[in-house]
Amino acid sequence: MIVEAYERLPIALTVNGRSYDVTVEPRRLLSDVLREDCGLTGTHVGCEHGVCGACTVLIDGRPARSCLTYAVQMQGASITTIEHHGASGELSALQQALHERHGLQCGFCTPGIVMTMQAWLDENPEPTEEGVREALSGNICRCTGYQNIVDAVLVAAGRQADMRKAGK
Amino acid sequence: MKPARFSYAAPTSMSEALALLAESEDARVIAGGQSLAPMMNMRLAQPELLVDINRIDGLSGVGLDAGSLVIGAMTRHADLAGNALVKAHAPVLAYAAGTIGHYAIRQRGTIGGSLAHADPAAQLPLVCMLLDARIDATSSEGVRTIEAADLFETLFTTTLEPSEMITSICVPLLEPGHGWGFRLFNRRAGDFAEVSAAAIVFNREGEAAVRLALGAIASAPFRADDLLPEFDPQDAGWPTRAAAIVAEAAPIEDNARMPADYRREVLQALLEDVLRDAMRRA
Repeated sequence: MIVEAYERLPIALTVNGRSYDVTVEPRRLLSDVLREDCGLTGTHVGCEHGVCGACTVLIDGRPARSCLTYAVQMQGASITTIEHHGASGELSALQQALHERHGLQCGFCTPGIVMTMQAWLDENPEPTEEGVREALSGNICRCTGYQNIVDAVLVAAGRQADMRKAGK
Repeated sequence: MKPARFSYAAPTSMSEALALLAESEDARVIAGGQSLAPMMNMRLAQPELLVDINRIDGLSGVGLDAGSLVIGAMTRHADLAGNALVKAHAPVLAYAAGTIGHYAIRQRGTIGGSLAHADPAAQLPLVCMLLDARIDATSSEGVRTIEAADLFETLFTTTLEPSEMITSICVPLLEPGHGWGFRLFNRRAGDFAEVSAAAIVFNREGEAAVRLALGAIASAPFRADDLLPEFDPQDAGWPTRAAAIVAEAAPIEDNARMPADYRREVLQALLEDVLRDAMRRA
């Protein structure tokens, strides 16, 4: 079945476990649909060509640029946005560490950094500083010079490790 | 920036996808979309129809078959980089896949997409040329096998027909005695390479050979075995000498960011490291 260029297709988007019924033409970017149609404005739009990382969300658990994804592709997928973090009313370990270590200034890049680095930490629970810097290279921050963000990610990794130990 | 309007189809079977490609005048296959979507957002590409192959089963994963790795076209870079079979039998491919773009980009981008996109600075075209990979292209007429050396025509241009899509990549296994090296130079972590080089050295029981591929310096990656001086695995000074000879002879195009002379110096330094790495691991 072809969705014609001018056609608007009703789809059900699953975002943070909740279903959103939206109607989109094929060219609508997921980043715009999340912000404008779902009202989830935590996903930020920066460069719109995959460089800056501000729009990073999880698609089926894996980080992805929502500006390089068309909403029409996401029928049946599970999307996680920054609104999922802190939904319980408490900051996550990573958010808390970014706050304490002054890992943000204007905060524009922060949602994308939280989405990217949380997924990366889940995969790399005992990170090196070099590893953090490499993973962070996909998210542009124009304020901080990254040092405090790197510190915060390492602090969060340590606390998550402590929580895992305490849990056992 | 927003893409121009396009029609969209997400077929669930190969036959459906191939019929769409055969019927449409101006269709593009979208796999991970990590190169195509930016080009569409910047309106450098404005296809009439996008054929999304993400819903077709069986296009991703890595297997072993008759002395080769068989890699599904939809295998994502992160999965290629982390795959145990690839790490064991073509470690240079796993390593190179782990250097593509950024963490989030590697979760989406695919090997078939990278090869079809044919960016001269990309890692996978370079490494597939180095490894003498064979690429299966499928159309409604059947499957055609293309040697990696015959796939890349020039900048963003392959010898694929508009009705064909890459379905799998077959990579001959590296055996004991093979060593590899891969390096790229870019101006920012995760950015496109300004210069890239990869080599394989074979050194076992008195037999020795070396393969070399260069990327980002011309309109397509290319094999540069014939530029190398005679290989002597006993000669510790060989990488230095070979790097100087290849860098002198290699065709290097100017680009807007870096003059050819500068890239030639970078190439020489990279080559020395790549050849040393390959000899050390052999």
